[in-house]
Amino acid sequence: MYFGLSEDQLMLQDSVGRYLEGASELEEVRKFVDGDGALAETLHTGLEELGVPFVLLPEAQGGLGMGVLEASLISEALGRHVSPSAFTAAYGMAVIGLREAGDEDWLSQIAAGSARMGVGLTEAIGARDNAGLSLSGDTVSGRASFVMGADGATHFLLTTSDGQGGDQMIVVERGAKGVSETELTTIDRTRTVLTLDLDNAPVAVVAGNNHAEAQRKMIDAGRVLLAADTLGAAAMMLEKAVDYSKTRDQFNRPIASFQAVKHMCAEMAAKLEPCRSMVWYAAYAQDNVPEEASLMACLAKSHVSEVGKFVARTSTEVHGGMGFTDLLGLHYWFKRIGANRQLLGGPEKLRAEAAELQGWG
Amino acid sequence: MDLNFTQEYEDFRAEVRGFLDKHKDNAPSRSDRSVRSKKRLAWQALLLENGYAARTHPKEYGGYGAAPDALKARIIAEEFARAGAPGGISGQGINMLVPTLLELGTDEQKDKYIQPTLSGEMVWCQGYSEPGAGSDLASLRTAAVVDGDDFVINGQKIWTSTAQFADMMFCLVRTEADAPKHQGISYILIDMKTPGIEVRPLMTMTGFAEFNEVFFTDVRVPVTSIVGNRGEGWMVANATLTHERGMLGDPDAALGRLRAIAEIMQSEHIDGKPLMGDAVYRDRLVKLQAEAQAMKLNGMRLTTLASEKKSSGMAGLLVKLQGCELNHQMAELAIDVMGEYGILYEDSPFARDKGMWQTHYMFDLGLIIGGGSAQIQKNIISERGLDMPREPKPAPGTFKAN
Repeated sequence: MYFGLSEDQLMLQDSVGRYLEGASELEEVRKFVDGDGALAETLHTGLEELGVPFVLLPEAQGGLGMGVLEASLISEALGRHVSPSAFTAAYGMAVIGLREAGDEDWLSQIAAGSARMGVGLTEAIGARDNAGLSLSGDTVSGRASFVMGADGATHFLLTTSDGQGGDQMIVVERGAKGVSETELTTIDRTRTVLTLDLDNAPVAVVAGNNHAEAQRKMIDAGRVLLAADTLGAAAMMLEKAVDYSKTRDQFNRPIASFQAVKHMCAEMAAKLEPCRSMVWYAAYAQDNVPEEASLMACLAKSHVSEVGKFVARTSTEVHGGMGFTDLLGLHYWFKRIGANRQLLGGPEKLRAEAAELQGWG
Repeated sequence: MDLNFTQEYEDFRAEVRGFLDKHKDNAPSRSDRSVRSKKRLAWQALLLENGYAARTHPKEYGGYGAAPDALKARIIAEEFARAGAPGGISGQGINMLVPTLLELGTDEQKDKYIQPTLSGEMVWCQGYSEPGAGSDLASLRTAAVVDGDDFVINGQKIWTSTAQFADMMFCLVRTEADAPKHQGISYILIDMKTPGIEVRPLMTMTGFAEFNEVFFTDVRVPVTSIVGNRGEGWMVANATLTHERGMLGDPDAALGRLRAIAEIMQSEHIDGKPLMGDAVYRDRLVKLQAEAQAMKLNGMRLTTLASEKKSSGMAGLLVKLQGCELNHQMAELAIDVMGEYGILYEDSPFARDKGMWQTHYMFDLGLIIGGGSAQIQKNIISERGLDMPREPKPAPGTFKAN
């Protein structure tokens, strides 16, 4: 029995972390947020050299054949450095869905770099009014409301979920006839989210016939990766709060020596540290404990989102007025955590699903 | 990450199961808290013989003498819980005094006390806290003055659980009146039958006397009763305080408690419908389940760190604070879902589980306060875990509240 990371996993975590520490500095992230989109591509190229996009791709397609645990370490590092990246959707969820469906053609294209997929599964989780897609022959129409991983996407992997189990996974090409996109302005400008409106857009249906199951796995894994992203962002916010409190003097002493401040930091640490074990296990369960995969994804994302919200707010308070300004840029982490909380299901929705999975209610 | 056990450990698990299958009918009930019942002592003897109690303690003092192995310790705990059998006696004598004696006791003290403590025949209580020395334990004032071959002790201890049954007390007393407060303390062992000791039960909000007050009036104990040197008691005691913090908070027990609440919510009905149908209560239940799960997984990480002999760091420091709070919140939910039935207590007609959840709710608040209060835990986490500075202390007598 060994509950922890292996040497290889620690090396992966270390190499991605060290790369992002240099390449994804806050000043660079600011430029991206201000409209210079170059950082997402720079990071994509840099992470490609470390093998990051290939982590979940099967070895048959030239991938590394690793699991969601390895992917979660990458997401954690991306969250820690508020890095613009389509990783969660393009190389996490999309690859898992296509792998499960057995669509080797698309997997090969992703491995070759000729396809990069944004993912829109909001309607498979819960459709708001005027949203959802319907297939008609070989075209699709309707709206996919929150498409993740849009940075650098060449295609979109979407669902025709109707809530009745008749789900089909489809791919549309970005910029094809009948595909119009609206870039959304979210609180989190470090990652781009789109709404797609499709009007008889040409469509490729994904191979295989187990699409409901494939979608389930994409959503579960996506939730775990978002939890990992929040874990990384929150850990950084805690470190920043502790560091800041040691340098900020009031009443002739560092505020780190006041119990009021120490206790805020202790509460953040005490709540956050168990989240690390929880993310590891939820990620591990995706590949190794299938009967717990969905439940653990719901429990982990709901819990880490709650703790993340607490850390985001508390760290900002420890920074006092400076935490509220743009000068420090702490708000980029605050907003990343806030966006992750809502994507692929907020805590209440996830807990309701967790109850249902256990036959409660 | 590998959650499977190797063959060596699977074999060990089978061995523990075999033992329990054969013997568990002789076990006292898990709720049997009586000290020194024949059944309990016989069970302890059987566990000692087979290495399921005092497993790593030296053989010469009645232990089993096995090498420390966190995975085997965990397997024993898991299998005993699964069989519903109580584990070995885990009082303050075994958990706190014995490790201290093994490290710092004289050969004579080891010979005299360890074996009967492990067997359960000798029961200990801990004399640390005083009415004026709680979180600031080092300000304790119970005094021991040397007179011939004896210490003469005067003062008062409080929060002394099991004092009414105990044969012996391990106790912190002030022996060096003029030394700085941390350097004036000694750690001594006191026979509870010594004249001048009075034990008074301390009734708590639960309606039970879980603790006692102990008064010392000219109590004489031989100077050889000291563990370590005079004035070194603070250092001696800190070794055992570390053991106490590690003892509290059992993540597997938290998930067990959660399952019990889920059962209440399924079996209790309101207007003919199970309470589990209420989305608000269900949300609270799953929220606590997620926290309990996170703590359980944190515990698995700690097991691995212990088995690799690595420092547990932050993952260990948080256990008491988070574990006690979680248990308290679970009891709160159980009471809330029972509604008006939730206020029934003890032998009231219609009481569920004899009002046990109210007992938990109150007693767990005591655990949040005791054994290093939540606020002291946060100081420890911030100072040892986050390397934040201690709060500066004003000079004695310079600070007044008004």
